[in-house]
Amino acid sequence: MDSLSCPFPIQQYPQVLLAHGGGGKLMQQLIEKMFTQAFGPKPASGLHDSTVLKLPANKIAFTTDSFVVHPLFFPGGDIGSLAVNGTVNDLAMSGAKPLYLSLGFIIEEGLSMEVLWRIVGSIKKAADRAGVTIVTGDTKVVDRGKGDGIYINTSGIGIIEHGLSIVPTKIRAGDVILINGDIGRHGIAIMATRENLEFETTIESDCAALNDIVSCLIKAGIEIHCMRDLTRGGLASALNEIAQDASKGIQIDEASVPVKEQVASACAIMGFDPLYVANEGRFIAFVPEGQAAKALKILQNHPLGQGACRIGVVSDDPKPLVTLKSFIGANRILDMISGEQLPRIC
Amino acid sequence: MCLAIPGKIESIVGSKEDVLNIKGRVNFGGILKEVSLAYVPEAKVGDYVIVHVGFALSLVDQEEALKVFDYLKQMGELEELHN
Amino acid sequence: MKYLDEYRDPQLAQQLSRQIHKITTKPWVIMEVCGGQTHAIVKFGIDTLLPDKIELVHGPGCPVCVTPLEMIDRALVIAARKDVIFCSFGDMLRVPGSTTDLLAVRAQGGDVRIVYSPMDAVKIAKDNPKKEIVFFAVGFETTAPANAMAVYQAKELGLNNFSLLVSHVLVPPAMEAILSSKSNRVQGFLAAGHVCAVMGYTQYPPIAAKYKVPIIVTGFEPLDILQGIAMCVEQLEEGRFEVENQYTRSVKEYGNQHAQDLISKVFQVIPRKWRGIGEIPQSGLSLTDQYKDYDAEIKFNLEGIKTQESLECISGLILQGIKKPNECSAFGVKCTPEHPLGATMVSSEGACSAYYRYKRTS
Repeated sequence: MDSLSCPFPIQQYPQVLLAHGGGGKLMQQLIEKMFTQAFGPKPASGLHDSTVLKLPANKIAFTTDSFVVHPLFFPGGDIGSLAVNGTVNDLAMSGAKPLYLSLGFIIEEGLSMEVLWRIVGSIKKAADRAGVTIVTGDTKVVDRGKGDGIYINTSGIGIIEHGLSIVPTKIRAGDVILINGDIGRHGIAIMATRENLEFETTIESDCAALNDIVSCLIKAGIEIHCMRDLTRGGLASALNEIAQDASKGIQIDEASVPVKEQVASACAIMGFDPLYVANEGRFIAFVPEGQAAKALKILQNHPLGQGACRIGVVSDDPKPLVTLKSFIGANRILDMISGEQLPRIC
Repeated sequence: MCLAIPGKIESIVGSKEDVLNIKGRVNFGGILKEVSLAYVPEAKVGDYVIVHVGFALSLVDQEEALKVFDYLKQMGELEELHN
Repeated sequence: MKYLDEYRDPQLAQQLSRQIHKITTKPWVIMEVCGGQTHAIVKFGIDTLLPDKIELVHGPGCPVCVTPLEMIDRALVIAARKDVIFCSFGDMLRVPGSTTDLLAVRAQGGDVRIVYSPMDAVKIAKDNPKKEIVFFAVGFETTAPANAMAVYQAKELGLNNFSLLVSHVLVPPAMEAILSSKSNRVQGFLAAGHVCAVMGYTQYPPIAAKYKVPIIVTGFEPLDILQGIAMCVEQLEEGRFEVENQYTRSVKEYGNQHAQDLISKVFQVIPRKWRGIGEIPQSGLSLTDQYKDYDAEIKFNLEGIKTQESLECISGLILQGIKKPNECSAFGVKCTPEHPLGATMVSSEGACSAYYRYKRTS
């Protein structure tokens, strides 16, 4: 999808105007010519206030997420692909099969129509890849200066076709913690494109939809106790949240957490800890010890799990803390971070 | 107060006549960044430098760098003897 | 990364740990001066590899922690101005002033930008001729060469919209202040490796001799710190008090002469107030008369700023190693990383923040 084949008259309206969110003719034109064309087909009954769906199961997973990333485009992805994959992944973490997404845009007046078209294209591509359909949406435009280009909200529905209950309270002492690949790529890719912290790197965001790799685990009969996708706050935050929710201690071996050399170096330069850096295509799974080897193999056989490995275990310590065995073999507590990591000089 | 990282100089731009503006492209484990070499004008391509907030502050003495390991190796051998 | 990863070898770390256990027969209090070393000790759990007899005390080697409250308040006033782009290193943004911090000022519309290098601030000044660019020049001697160059280049370029808010501090006077305090418990020092890479270590022998403390110039990786501690304990056990260099791959006795030359051209030594400690003579830097046009304190009207320290915060006593964070009544209760009362809780190298993160089990 490029501007040559964009059905919306970009030359006539090179920038998004307030009127495009106003509910009138211009908005109709934007929805019909750009959005519906991209995400179509238009339902036979026409576009209404809500879309009625028939679901093939009565246990559904429902989630919502908003995306405010800046810059809008970064190596390995953009706000569009993030908006799809982020919500698909939230659904996948309950073992749900994602089906439908809603798409809400809050666009800043003045955003280039070409940029919007690019983002729409990216959303379409990501949705197709993940096997989901965009079925409803909303568009608002805010005054220039009151937005960051564009904010996107996606909500998603998925169906639960398995009999597992994948929640932190299902975690047991002795459970093995697996991860599907190396950490920190997304955060570093974003950092590398921001002004004043420029450096040359080939690192790309790991932004990806995890529903397929998760379904491989479920289909193989792995008794997954819990899963979490790693986003803001990184691996450390996800582990701490789960430890709290499960009221169990977790032990991680720092040397077994995979980090690509360039990510480690970028973190060293900035004074970041990779354990806290954002990801968008990584998840951890808590599985019974007896099934760990089998689960690991399944992950490693999938394109999104080639770097998969075992990083830790659930201890029988009732204190909900995450303990890290450091590179030199000494133990320390791996805490939640407060606020965002800021580049250090010390 | 000293977050300074070692990196390898891949190329140098500038001349000794204008020392304060000598810059190097330094490779930190795969990440490339432009660094001022104003304070290490004697640095050559292939040298390792310690970099803090965009400035190389010293050359890594590669011989000295190995001494820690020689020392530890000796200690290790002594330990084995005692055991 | 070469010259980094090798110094994290677990077997060699364990070997150094065993050696330290072997040679330690008496209790010793050792202070590491540099915040970067504190960070490494906490991150790698180095202190758990030491015998109980060795007490590691974290010194005031975190310029974020020791920047005086008045200076933070001045920074906040300048950053809030509509005509100013305020540039700073990342770690200063969360440090609380009397009433607010730089992050809050940014949230309220102040143009506060994180930069990696002071030269980035010079570039911003070049690109924004209608704005005043102020760089928060915080740091020890390690950062002085970069800050000196920024001012020097700004003057060469004829920029009149660039200035530094200088809060530079020097390490040796701080070490002396700690050692000369009546309540001093420190018996040996790990000196800051990168500070010495710039300044050399010729200032330390008189200090070692006067106060009879061994001073080891130490690096930042686990093997460096463990070896530095081993060398320090060896001297303590033998009753020696000399200056030794563990970090020989990066530090030479006379340091970096080019850097020292530009620093003395641009900066002069003055007394400075250290947050929580008070004024230490000859312990800070300010711009020389030749560069006074680049001094933000002169450029901006900073009269009448009311400064109020938190009454409960004892970070000064902690910075000197006299008290421990868990001896503070506010620790973990009123004062946490989410709402810090003092700089030692905000900075990731501050002793309070380090304690909070890893001591919660005990």
